Amino acid sequence: MSIHIRGVSKSFGTFKALDNVSLDVPQGTLLALLGPSGSGKTTLLRIIAGLEWPDSGRIEEDGEDITDRHARQREVGFVFQHYALFRHMSVFENIAFGLRVRKAPKQEVEAKVNELLHLVRLDGLGARKPAQLSGGQRQRVALARALAIRPKILLLDEPFGALDAKVRVELRQWLRRLHDEIGMTSVFVTHDQEEAFELADEVVVMNHGRIEQRGTPEEVFEHPATPFVMDFLGNVNVFHGRVEKGQAFWHGIPIDYPDYPHSQARPARVYLRPHELDIARAAAEQPGGNAATAAAVTGSLPASVLRIARSGAISRVSCRPDGSDTELHVDLPTDTARDLSLQPGERVTITPRKVRVFLPDPEYVI
Amino acid sequence: MTAHDAVLRSPRRRSVLPGFGISAAITSVMITALVIIPLAVLALRAASLGPAEFLAAAWTPRARAAYAVSLGASLTAAIISSLCGLLVAWVLVRIDFPGRRLLDALVDVPLALPTAVAGLVYSTLYVERGWLGRFLVPLGIHGAYSWLGIVLVLVFVSLPFAIRVVQPVLESLDHDTEEAARMLGASRVQTFLQVIFPAIFPAVLTGFALALARALGEYGSVVFISGNMPFKTEIAPVLIVSRLEEFAYAEATAIAVVLLAMSISLLIVVNWLQQRVARNAQ
Repeated sequence: MSIHIRGVSKSFGTFKALDNVSLDVPQGTLLALLGPSGSGKTTLLRIIAGLEWPDSGRIEEDGEDITDRHARQREVGFVFQHYALFRHMSVFENIAFGLRVRKAPKQEVEAKVNELLHLVRLDGLGARKPAQLSGGQRQRVALARALAIRPKILLLDEPFGALDAKVRVELRQWLRRLHDEIGMTSVFVTHDQEEAFELADEVVVMNHGRIEQRGTPEEVFEHPATPFVMDFLGNVNVFHGRVEKGQAFWHGIPIDYPDYPHSQARPARVYLRPHELDIARAAAEQPGGNAATAAAVTGSLPASVLRIARSGAISRVSCRPDGSDTELHVDLPTDTARDLSLQPGERVTITPRKVRVFLPDPEYVI
Repeated sequence: MTAHDAVLRSPRRRSVLPGFGISAAITSVMITALVIIPLAVLALRAASLGPAEFLAAAWTPRARAAYAVSLGASLTAAIISSLCGLLVAWVLVRIDFPGRRLLDALVDVPLALPTAVAGLVYSTLYVERGWLGRFLVPLGIHGAYSWLGIVLVLVFVSLPFAIRVVQPVLESLDHDTEEAARMLGASRVQTFLQVIFPAIFPAVLTGFALALARALGEYGSVVFISGNMPFKTEIAPVLIVSRLEEFAYAEATAIAVVLLAMSISLLIVVNWLQQRVARNAQ
């Protein structure tokens, strides 16, 4: 079932949680709402669920207006961050709850619950109480309980937030497979970009109650629409530069920026991802003036190495570009770093393969 | 030193409360001085009667009627208190209205007010020419000098216990589970009966036990409102006092022992139930 959110706003007191948000979720999509806390992503999810009412705007499912429909009539599966299992009920009874309140026949309940227990790989644990399960198992019970009512839409609020790293990754992959098998429309909320990118077909980045960008993980990662998205995706070098006449300059390196053809120079922010930088040992002891010219021609930057940190497959080299106080991080495959065997204090040249430039406050551009 | 002591004193089992020896000693002295010795004296006094004399003193028709009134009125009052207490606690926890904090403070008043005052006020209100009695008595509702009056004051004195026990449990209730039940299609009634109530039921039972204990021991207010008519509105504590006034100490003690035994048995049953339910709710 497709979801259409049309101009939804919601305030809590003076806090504007959602500000005129519109979003279409096509049938069968697994969509991530990604954003920092307070960005409105959970509020949006709860409004789709019917647990919260929008102040204005509408929610449609397959073109049918369901804005005024109560949560229990929407037939939406909802998985809570902290599982929200019924503690006094067994795993079996938890999963059966949605069927029991619908007065499903006993045999049907039993068959369906056992099928779901198998689906979430908890065969034989039906008699346990939630307190006797691990976090990952509880989350799977919560999922089975939500699936029991055969929802057309599955909503998950930070579904892996309370789990440890290993379980989280496993459960993520499993959920992806499950989604593909069942073919529901699913929306989940997360503040973890890695989770969003790994799991989702489409990512919606939210900030201050608005949608900053929507796209496939690749689109969002490769072409961040706003400085916020760039910042939020994290792990990025930010420098101050300037733009004029269709070019941005960062430490004297020109970068094409056709969006700003004006001759009046404006400050801009320059974003460089650590893995999109090349690093090489500086050519040995060339005359200083010559090296500077070469840098300008090839678009590379002289810097000195501060330190090298290894974390698994990736090594991070921290450098200080000449004439700058800001550290620049370069990520290299650890093998490459080993071959290069840079030492702190060594002179290097850094060549960006990709640079992104954003003008602050674009609304003020004349 | 027994093995048990060794475990408790071993350094690896340090408790946050320092000095196991001292705290255990204080606890035993308190319990002994405040509970065990008085109860032992009671039992010894009663034991000065032979079995036949004991029965003759404690099992007279008048005494049996008094036990029945005591137990019946106390159970009724405790049930009413538990149900109303749950409702009041719910309102105090879940509904924000002006004056909520004032109402919350008023809940404790019955604990502080001398219960004799409550008994007097109730009887003044419910007698035939009282403010409420003038409307109720013509309808056949006798709130003073009646069994109903006893229940009324017992609810008054026991209600705070029922409220205060349930309140914190309601406050700590996980709101998510209610929303989960709604998302799964449960109606309000189903959500309350199947999700909320099982979670608070142990607390309701504890409140019931406390209310019952309070009601069984109440004397001051009942003596003023019940009229103390033997076989009708005389409760066991009042009968004990009237025996004492007749200097029939042994008889008074015998009645007290029976009342005590009944109360303890009732409380044991309620506590057993409470524990069973609590274990189930884990």
